[in-house]
Amino acid sequence: MKKLVYGLVAAATVANISVASARDTISIVGSSTVYPFATVVAERFGKSSDFKAPKVESTGSGGGLKLFCKGVGEANPDITNASRRIKSSEFEKCQKNGVTDIIEVLIGYDGIVLANAKGVEPMALTRKDIYLALAKMIPGPDGKLIDNPNKTWKDVNAALPATKIEVLGPPPTSGTRDAFAELALEGGARQIEDIAKLRKLEADNKDEIAALVKKLGAESAWAAAVKKKGEKAKGKDVVKIIGRSVREDGAYIEAGENDNLIVNKLVANPSALGIFGFSFLDQNSDKVQGSVIDGQAPTFDAIAGGEYKVSRPLYFYVKKAHIGVVPGIQEYLNTFVSEDVIGPDGYLIDKGLIPLGDEQYEEMSSSAKALKNLAL
Amino acid sequence: MIDQEIVAQKRAAQLAKRHRAESRFKWFGRLSIGFGLLCVLFLFTDIISKGIGAFTQTYINIEIPFDEEKLGLTPQSTEAEIKAASFGSFFKKTLREQNPEVTGRKDKRSLYALFTSDAPLILRDMVLADPSIIGTTQTVSMIADDDFDTYYKHSYGRDLPEDKVIGRINDFQVSMLNKFVDAGVVEKRFNTIFFSNADSREPELAGIKGAIMGSILTLFVTLILSFPIAVATAIYLEEFAPKNKFTDFIEVNINNLAAVPSVIFGLLGLAVFINFFGMPRSVPLVGGFVLTLMTLPTIIISSRAAIKAVPPSIRDAALGMGASKVQTVLHHVLPLAMPGMLTGTIIGMAQALGETAPLLMIGMVAFIVDTPASITDSATVLPVQIFLWSDSPERAFVEKTSAAIMVLLGFLIFMNSMAVWLRKRLERRW
Repeated sequence: MKKLVYGLVAAATVANISVASARDTISIVGSSTVYPFATVVAERFGKSSDFKAPKVESTGSGGGLKLFCKGVGEANPDITNASRRIKSSEFEKCQKNGVTDIIEVLIGYDGIVLANAKGVEPMALTRKDIYLALAKMIPGPDGKLIDNPNKTWKDVNAALPATKIEVLGPPPTSGTRDAFAELALEGGARQIEDIAKLRKLEADNKDEIAALVKKLGAESAWAAAVKKKGEKAKGKDVVKIIGRSVREDGAYIEAGENDNLIVNKLVANPSALGIFGFSFLDQNSDKVQGSVIDGQAPTFDAIAGGEYKVSRPLYFYVKKAHIGVVPGIQEYLNTFVSEDVIGPDGYLIDKGLIPLGDEQYEEMSSSAKALKNLAL
Repeated sequence: MIDQEIVAQKRAAQLAKRHRAESRFKWFGRLSIGFGLLCVLFLFTDIISKGIGAFTQTYINIEIPFDEEKLGLTPQSTEAEIKAASFGSFFKKTLREQNPEVTGRKDKRSLYALFTSDAPLILRDMVLADPSIIGTTQTVSMIADDDFDTYYKHSYGRDLPEDKVIGRINDFQVSMLNKFVDAGVVEKRFNTIFFSNADSREPELAGIKGAIMGSILTLFVTLILSFPIAVATAIYLEEFAPKNKFTDFIEVNINNLAAVPSVIFGLLGLAVFINFFGMPRSVPLVGGFVLTLMTLPTIIISSRAAIKAVPPSIRDAALGMGASKVQTVLHHVLPLAMPGMLTGTIIGMAQALGETAPLLMIGMVAFIVDTPASITDSATVLPVQIFLWSDSPERAFVEKTSAAIMVLLGFLIFMNSMAVWLRKRLERRW
């Protein structure tokens, strides 16, 4: 009995000490897409400097920003990674919780690829093909939106093979899925004339919006946009809803966040396509090949040059109030933006990151090193 | 007479039917066991065939002249001077000089890429450990890069069709490999790095030491908290508590908690320990607290069963000799019930060792390079390490993942056989 009491007292004391002691490791959270890059930098930073290697958690972009914006103080993370830019709603939440000074760092780009197993013919698609194959609602023969009836790629575009549409991709919580829906699906939807027209209409053009919505038969999407934005709803919001919803009838298969799993499933099923980041294609180039999109194969140069359209920027955000409190943040930031890391010959480039252009790099690195505050 | 015959015939038919039913039933049992064994066999062969490669590592022996001039160091250099020296360019220069036929930027890069990216740090640490090697030439067993290592272990020298070759390696690198092999400097050795290093993003440098330490620290916290609490609860409920609606209610709840999915305990831990008490994320202390919540019901239930198994005659005899209730419990019941309690505890600990879901919630799914030394250092645990590696893009992590699973299975088999052994050895039959 005595031992038991001592044990409990000891445990309680230890718990108290841990809460009181200061943190000496940088805490990083955020995107699972940036994770493979941030961890490499963290490890090398720990080995080559006198600071401890930062701890990196993979929480997803949204989850990371939520933790990051919770407040200032060592219980909260110092840095969050994101595979998209911070949203204005998230920025406001940060401000409200006292996280006023944030430094934004753009580290490079990531391409999203549609890949299939090696050994079969690579697919040559356009973004419009991708929209017509994977969106929930597409324009029918009379121009009105209908549930996607396409069963094979040949139904989408007569030039494509008559294989069944089967695409393995990440679930809705994933940043990769968000970016794919925005860049590939919505990008394809915008090539349809009426949708393109609708997208240009501002909120005060109520009549024209109503006419086009009627022509497209997109009343439900319009109602959803109004519900979300109220009076301020404009054509763009409707297009977002039409363009970014993915079909749920089995043609798009949610395969979880594990990209290795998708690669293995593609090898087992050569007629399926899979969606993942360029770094996975790069590392598994002996097993899978990327499809050509809008006439461009997903190569390193095509993504860096902007010719390959389905690519997105990668960021990290630093809490300025923590610089000087948690040791090493400033040094980590300076290391990350150095030429050795994300310059054209940097070691992250070997890991599959697509570098920034020269001018963009100069601008970003100077403002990051000067700890310039983000303003939205 | 005829009646009897008919009855006998009917009985014989019935008997035969019952025998058939019995043998059918036996066969169903055998089939199920056979199927189960087949699955286990499949799992083990799959994991072992995938993971066995991770236990060897390719090394390339190279002669490194630690030239005073090139390094800008002397045997008398201070630690700070050595740390500031540029070992990266020194290593690259040495490689270029030893392979003068390599020209062109791309080929040079391919040559450097055959070695681990930590090569300069390894050389630096050698000099730091013994500055007198400056000015001498040393043979260094340099760790090969993961792509090279995978290729050499699985594809080299085998006449494989192009799509079966694993390891991303280009033709130039294959020619360099042939040159090295002809010179006899490439060797495969037992992979000690896998056990002496913590996590790394370079597969050839990644190891499970950090995860194992994290698991040990977390389980230590779990054990010192859950064992005394569970045993005290079990003793009170079995020996002292009155039997009424309230204790029935507690019993139902304990049984219920044992069936709650573990991720719920993670959510609870996040809300209580991290958000309310402000404890840090990703530390074994909080991990241990959460796993304590999870293992408590298991240990309480098995401890109560062990106490129940102690015959009442023992208690009666002790009370009859004038022992108090507490003395009876502490001197007689508890020692007799201890083997059963320990067995339950070991099984609970084995469960906790294999748990990932609750730790996901409290931030123990993280990339941590430093091996944790105390329960308040950031840490990860073995099953989480497996999860993280399985999601890494580098091909060489596939075999590391399977190898880590083998280690985890080894621990689990050890703990469970300990439990069986303890039960066999110490349990008394009444």
